[in-house]
Amino acid sequence: MSEARANILARLRAARRGAVPDRPDWTPPAYGPDRLARFRAMLEAVHGEVIEVTSATWTERLRTLLAERGVTTAMAAPDLGLDAAWAGRGPEVVAYDRPVEAMKDRLVHDIQAGITRARAGIAETGTLVLWPDAAEPRLLSLLPPLHVALLRLGTLADNLSALMAEQNWAAGLPTNLLLISGPSKTADIEQTLAYGVHGPKELVVLVLTDL
Amino acid sequence: MPADRPRTVYFFGTCVIDLFYPGAGLAGMELLKRQGVRVVFPPEQSCCGQPARNSGYFDEARAVALRQMRAFPEDWPIVVPSGSCAGMMKTHYPDLFDGRPQHGQARAFAARVFELTDFLVNVLDVRLDDRGPPLAVTWHGSCHSMREMGVVDQPKALLRQLANVTLVENPREKECCGFGGTFSVRQPEISAAMVADKVAALEETGTARVVSGDCGCLMNITGAMARSGSPMGGQHIAEFLLERIDG
Amino acid sequence: MGDFTARAPKALNDPTLRRNFRRAMDGLMAKRALQFQDRDAWDALRARGAAAKARVVARLPELLEQLEARLTANGIRVHWAETTAQANAIVLDILRQAGARTVIKGKSMVSEEMELNHHLEAHGIAAIESDLGEYIIQLAGEAPSHIVMPCIHKNKAEIAALFAENIEGLGYTEDVDELTAAARRALRGRFAEADAGISGVNFAVAETGTLVLVENEGNGRLSTTLPPLHIAVMGIEKLAERLDDLPALLALLPRSATGQPITTYVNMISHPRRDGERDGPKAVHVVLLDSGRSRVHADPELRDTLRCIRCGACMNHCPVYSRVGGHTYKFVYPGPIGKILTPQLEGLDCAGDQPHASTLCNACVEVCPVRIPIADILVRLRAESIDPSGSAAVKGAGSMRKSLESLTWKGWALMHSVPLLHRLGTWALSRLGNLIPAAALPPLSTWMRVRSRPVFAPKTLHELAREKGYGNE
Repeated sequence: MSEARANILARLRAARRGAVPDRPDWTPPAYGPDRLARFRAMLEAVHGEVIEVTSATWTERLRTLLAERGVTTAMAAPDLGLDAAWAGRGPEVVAYDRPVEAMKDRLVHDIQAGITRARAGIAETGTLVLWPDAAEPRLLSLLPPLHVALLRLGTLADNLSALMAEQNWAAGLPTNLLLISGPSKTADIEQTLAYGVHGPKELVVLVLTDL
Repeated sequence: MPADRPRTVYFFGTCVIDLFYPGAGLAGMELLKRQGVRVVFPPEQSCCGQPARNSGYFDEARAVALRQMRAFPEDWPIVVPSGSCAGMMKTHYPDLFDGRPQHGQARAFAARVFELTDFLVNVLDVRLDDRGPPLAVTWHGSCHSMREMGVVDQPKALLRQLANVTLVENPREKECCGFGGTFSVRQPEISAAMVADKVAALEETGTARVVSGDCGCLMNITGAMARSGSPMGGQHIAEFLLERIDG
Repeated sequence: MGDFTARAPKALNDPTLRRNFRRAMDGLMAKRALQFQDRDAWDALRARGAAAKARVVARLPELLEQLEARLTANGIRVHWAETTAQANAIVLDILRQAGARTVIKGKSMVSEEMELNHHLEAHGIAAIESDLGEYIIQLAGEAPSHIVMPCIHKNKAEIAALFAENIEGLGYTEDVDELTAAARRALRGRFAEADAGISGVNFAVAETGTLVLVENEGNGRLSTTLPPLHIAVMGIEKLAERLDDLPALLALLPRSATGQPITTYVNMISHPRRDGERDGPKAVHVVLLDSGRSRVHADPELRDTLRCIRCGACMNHCPVYSRVGGHTYKFVYPGPIGKILTPQLEGLDCAGDQPHASTLCNACVEVCPVRIPIADILVRLRAESIDPSGSAAVKGAGSMRKSLESLTWKGWALMHSVPLLHRLGTWALSRLGNLIPAAALPPLSTWMRVRSRPVFAPKTLHELAREKGYGNE
């Protein structure tokens, strides 16, 4: 309704202009050498799990943690190389390689774990930054009851401001950018926390400390 | 810190104190006088104008505010034994005259306004010698003293100077007592619920007396105490302090 | 005239409701306080957030055009609605063109303003709320009682009974994990089969054309990712100018709302599904709703109302809200923000008593993360409600004017600005005031329902001060 548009903008323009205030300085916190400790403490406080691994150990650690949870079907991007690393000793690894319309049933009912990379982490709030793409689509971190994310320690930033400036987010955002801080939760019933209401019940972050 | 201790101050009595609690006003002036300060009470003063302003009658509020501004002509501090009336004069006088010729006058006036306990602590740096018997009291800070005047710790600092007085803080100190001027009669049921909760919170302290710096709140709280048969009573802090130092 | 005052006693006399709210608000206040213990950090953060939203309000028309241009360039369709009826028609039209029969909804207060669910149902489209709190009240056939926690008025037992009655195969249980799991199961299928998802927006970034949604449950992500069509509805004020305004706003919103450092999910949507991508809706629409907001914007003082980021901290800290609950306000937005927003959107002739339902205690002002001068706006609206000039900015201005009341205030002002009248008046009150029968003064008898009668002192402070020599010079 372009008439609505014109009317709304005309009313807004007819108003007396007010001053446009400057943005005052605000410096979000930084953690220096305690960055990982902060990240871990914040994520654990919201029921997330943080495990330190290296590029040499992570596939095996992932395999055992999936086995501990009885996961038989996981979903991950093929280029993570899990099939090759596990050589048949791990759970079945399904690729999200077709449009959701063709994958919906498996995603909603079968897949027990979604494995994704994180583009970065934020220490202040214990947050993962996900930048879903064709290989690791959006629902991979949402529909399965367990989400495992790989985070390179070198990408851990102090705070959101620093990260978005450093990576120049304003120059181009993906279709969907996600900040994830813990598993899905609700407190709608008497402010009592319950996990896994719509998304994952469990979030595990593997921090690659050598990368 | 009290860099320049004034020799003379004005006292603004407030309309509630004028009619219902004149003892609190006299005590406030006496406390100031004992600090060696000359106290002037201009007889042309009446009310800060807050009731009209809060009811949306801005013209009426301005008329009354102007009268007060004229009643305190000298460049002396204006000490007010009520955080609420002080808040009106300090923050809302300039707003009321925004864009009007008297705006500068209102701002200059506002800059001279002090809440009594703040003045005693931060300007006069008083030292109180408690001569009363051991006693436990609780404190009620008014919303406007806390949130418009920033008066939170000053009255408690005064009470803590009293060697024989134990200050027992109540669990809902920052919650409104439900007075709110005309609110108490425009929303009588909500106001009644609020003051009942307030009295219950004060009673939880196990003290016999609530001390406050605002007589509007006191009228509400002690009125509800009396009506509900509560063992507690209340007192304005100026009267309480004077009573303690006089023993 | 609104009837907030008449509805209040019902809530006040419901001990379960009183207890539910009191406990919930106490918990929320305590959790928020833990987040802002460092006063200096809070002041700096709040100043940054307030400035970000004040800039949006000051530059609203340009920013809306910029937002529209960026969204459109990103492939997101933009629609404008002056009224909720127009917004409903737009949403219905989009759904019909897509052949949609069922809709899954994320939490959106604007959709509550629109009464969108009713509208869609009346046109044969089922709209299912997926936020747990919204789902609960939809089952109960109720409206939200809080803008962040819509079913905060209900306790576990009430929800257990509701679920046992409405969810197949579920017996009565007060176990919160079981109740939550039951809702997950009941809603999973609904998500999978929904033809469209409808959501609100927390911040729309003009610089990048990005819709930002915050949530904890994941239902917002599901609603905006799984169905092939996503429609976002938002008020025209819910903008952020730049992406780098988000860190401060995101640091303020959840901490003020629920005492969380951040919500579990911050969902930033900038495009529909692009070629090669596996999921996400193929079409994304944004409906920009005015519905009175441009009128609020017209007044330089009242427009601060539009800074609101809907955190709910004002209601959590409000001594009135915590006693009467959200339903007493009847309109979509309860509590202090509702008391200033509702009369401006609906008119003082509809909700004119709401600005009076406040002690002006300033608890809301103290916690507002974007520094909305709520108390000053309440007072301004009181003035508008009795403004006789007819030149006022607010719909229904002057509708509460009563000639006896204004005459009384004129008399009051005269007495307090003419010293002789004041001296005579106070002299008479102190001598005769205690003799007036309470029944002759309705406010006095109202006061005395729960309080003793205030007693006039035998002499005024004026007289005593003169006697003691405190008079001038």
